[in-house]
Amino acid sequence: MNIIKKELLSGNEAIARGAYEGGLKAAAAYPGTPSTEILENISKYQEVYVEWSPNEKVAAEVAIGASFAGARALTSMKHVGVNVAADPLFSFAYTGVNGGFVLISADDPGCHSSQNEQDNRYYAKFMKIILVEPSDSQEAKDFTKNAFDMSEQFDMPVMVRTTTRISHSKGMVTLEDRKEIPLKPYKQNVQKYVVMPAQARRLRVTLEERLEKAGEFSEIFPGNKIEGNGKEFAIITSGVGANYAREALGDRATYLKLGMTFPLPKKMVTEFIEKHKTVYVIEEGEPFLEEQIKALGLNVIGKELFPNMGELTATMIREILLNEPAKKNQDLFRAEDTPIRPPVLCPGCPHRGVYRVIRRIKNATDAIVTGDIGCYTLGVLAPLNALETCICMGASVSAAIGFKQMMPDRKVIATIGDSTFLHSGVTGLMDAVYNKAAITLIILDNSITGMTGHQQNPSTGFTIRNEPTYKVDLEQMVRACGVQHVFKAKAYDFKGVEAAIEKAIGINDVTVVITEQPCVLIEKKKEIVTCQINSENCQDCQVCLRLGCPAISKQGDGTIAIDQTMCNGCSLCIQVCNFDAIERVGGTNE
Amino acid sequence: MSKTKNILIVGVGGQGTLLASKILGQVALLSDLDVKQSEVHGMAQRGGSVITYVRLGEKISSPLIEKKEADIIIAFEKLEGIRWLDYLKEDGTIIINDQEIYPMPVIIGAADYPENIFEKLEKSSNKTIKVNGHELAKGLGETRALNVILLAVAAKLLPFEKEVWEKALVDMVPKKALEINQKAFELGWNL
Ligand SMILES: Cc1ncc(C[n+]2csc(CCOP(=O)(O)OP(=O)(O)O)c2C)c(N)n1
Repeated sequence: MNIIKKELLSGNEAIARGAYEGGLKAAAAYPGTPSTEILENISKYQEVYVEWSPNEKVAAEVAIGASFAGARALTSMKHVGVNVAADPLFSFAYTGVNGGFVLISADDPGCHSSQNEQDNRYYAKFMKIILVEPSDSQEAKDFTKNAFDMSEQFDMPVMVRTTTRISHSKGMVTLEDRKEIPLKPYKQNVQKYVVMPAQARRLRVTLEERLEKAGEFSEIFPGNKIEGNGKEFAIITSGVGANYAREALGDRATYLKLGMTFPLPKKMVTEFIEKHKTVYVIEEGEPFLEEQIKALGLNVIGKELFPNMGELTATMIREILLNEPAKKNQDLFRAEDTPIRPPVLCPGCPHRGVYRVIRRIKNATDAIVTGDIGCYTLGVLAPLNALETCICMGASVSAAIGFKQMMPDRKVIATIGDSTFLHSGVTGLMDAVYNKAAITLIILDNSITGMTGHQQNPSTGFTIRNEPTYKVDLEQMVRACGVQHVFKAKAYDFKGVEAAIEKAIGINDVTVVITEQPCVLIEKKKEIVTCQINSENCQDCQVCLRLGCPAISKQGDGTIAIDQTMCNGCSLCIQVCNFDAIERVGGTNE
Repeated sequence: MSKTKNILIVGVGGQGTLLASKILGQVALLSDLDVKQSEVHGMAQRGGSVITYVRLGEKISSPLIEKKEADIIIAFEKLEGIRWLDYLKEDGTIIINDQEIYPMPVIIGAADYPENIFEKLEKSSNKTIKVNGHELAKGLGETRALNVILLAVAAKLLPFEKEVWEKALVDMVPKKALEINQKAFELGWNL
């Protein structure tokens, strides 16, 4: 007898499981919320080759190569990662696949952990590849698994698009066994795998043909279906929006729930709309379905009622379609009296001291300080207030060049993390050397990709499965780019960091400072050292508070205290104290 | 269980709110109920305000709990408890840990930590259960047991047998931490 095995899985765990069941053989990714756990979960399946790549473009290309080699392959990334990987993916749509290929795009409506909100469904249409949108963990598993078959059947990559609430919500999932699928034979075939102009023009035509076949399949794709038979509303919906629609309208509505939204099942949609007087499109984000439907000459109501930004909610749908009055807030505590709790650098974070020094130097020299993406972006917040720009990964370096070339009299300092430097900062550094932009680049090397939850990268010496491997030596790499002046300092050594940065900005040439200290969260030390206030010496001057360490706070009676459960003993507060009023307690830190 | 139960777990990134929701999910699984839970990863885990939604019932659509829909809020920290109070039903219960963790605006003096939180909560239509979780956990010799103590207080308000909770603990808690968490559950259950 077949025992049905059910598990409570997050969308990301379910995608990993679906890929595994579907015979996945190779997976490559660069971390990014909300996609990170997909590859982390895949790495638990020993049958699969997995790697953290230095960036999304490399990840996509590794997976493309594996697909050409005949393997079922996957790459996963957050929405902005697809911007980085877009170049290979657009052309890959032309060549098509050998082994089935799945691209996971994890979007972040509401910008929970992102610099923007982009609806990547448009990418599928733009690249001319199949798009499926799961709405819960079960579909995340099923669609991913199906996607490999679809990819091989229609000879194109398939995008599985999730959002934060799909990726990070858990639901019941029925598990099945893995299908072991051997490598498909690979034969050299330049007609297919080389996109030179003459061939590209031909592939361009076949792409349209492949897409048309996929469109026919969309009509019978089991994830495109009519649900319920409520009489009051007719709804076309997809993704997480389908859950909110059902939550709000229940059996008062009939739903056309679409799982495959590009190519759209045109016949199915047309028939649905013809059968109902008024049809609403409920989709989170941009009017992706709505625009396609309206382009068919059909009439639906969508974004004129529903917002195209932020997250959709069931409450919103009830307010809009059922005229339910907005829920009243409680009146005991007013929102304006409830202080916000922004994320902060952890107690003992090695970035804190570096930004404290940068802020001081910035104030003293009127330097411009560009920032990048990672935990260290938090250096922008009070009380550190050290950064003034943040655009995308790598932009700290290249934007610093632009600043410097336009404002040669100002000092320009760029700050970047180890993972981000390898992702796309190093190309900017080459440019700085090549085009003689005398910027100072500070690489905050904490030996890990911190922000996304501690992933290995090429400078850490370990693979995703924690096997030891070669590591990029950042100093040698920087020197190989042509940088003549490289300084190193230990990040907890205030004076050392200060001396290094001051020396660096004094030189009228490209300079690099590498500050080193592993992330404090990587390894909880056994013998914990903490810092403690010696209240006899403490003058309540509050200079330590200006470090912005969450463990240090002013008590009700005006005295300063260090929370011993939070403190990690980094000693920065000891170094800034002018009255010897903070001391170390506990064992040694070594 | 005829009606869906909505439970919000709120706290400060790093306080260990995730284990509590895992155990709740397992209880649902063992009871053959549908469950959806949604949590925050990434940026907010760096000491920001974090929230986990857990919904249990016959059939659950949305993974989120919206305003005035929570039957129970489990607040690991006082300020976080009141931040999400709008989400509690008029007759819902807030279980609130008597601990203050100052957010950065308070630390640097740009804002004040709200005063008299418990006194004010007493006046609301909600039921308030104040738990000295931090002290109790310390008493057990393991401050990280806080989450299971608070969960056990909530467990008493939910329609599941104690045995189901005990089984879920065994299933979800790593072996080496099981004993201390079983003690923590006992403690919270008997408060
Ligand atoms: C193109 C792109 N990919 C991924 C991310 C997600 N992301 C944000 S910061 C970061 C890495 C930060 O690591 P590192 O530079 O080492 O700094 P740390 O957080 O360790 O301080 C990642 C992967 C992103 N924002 N953009």
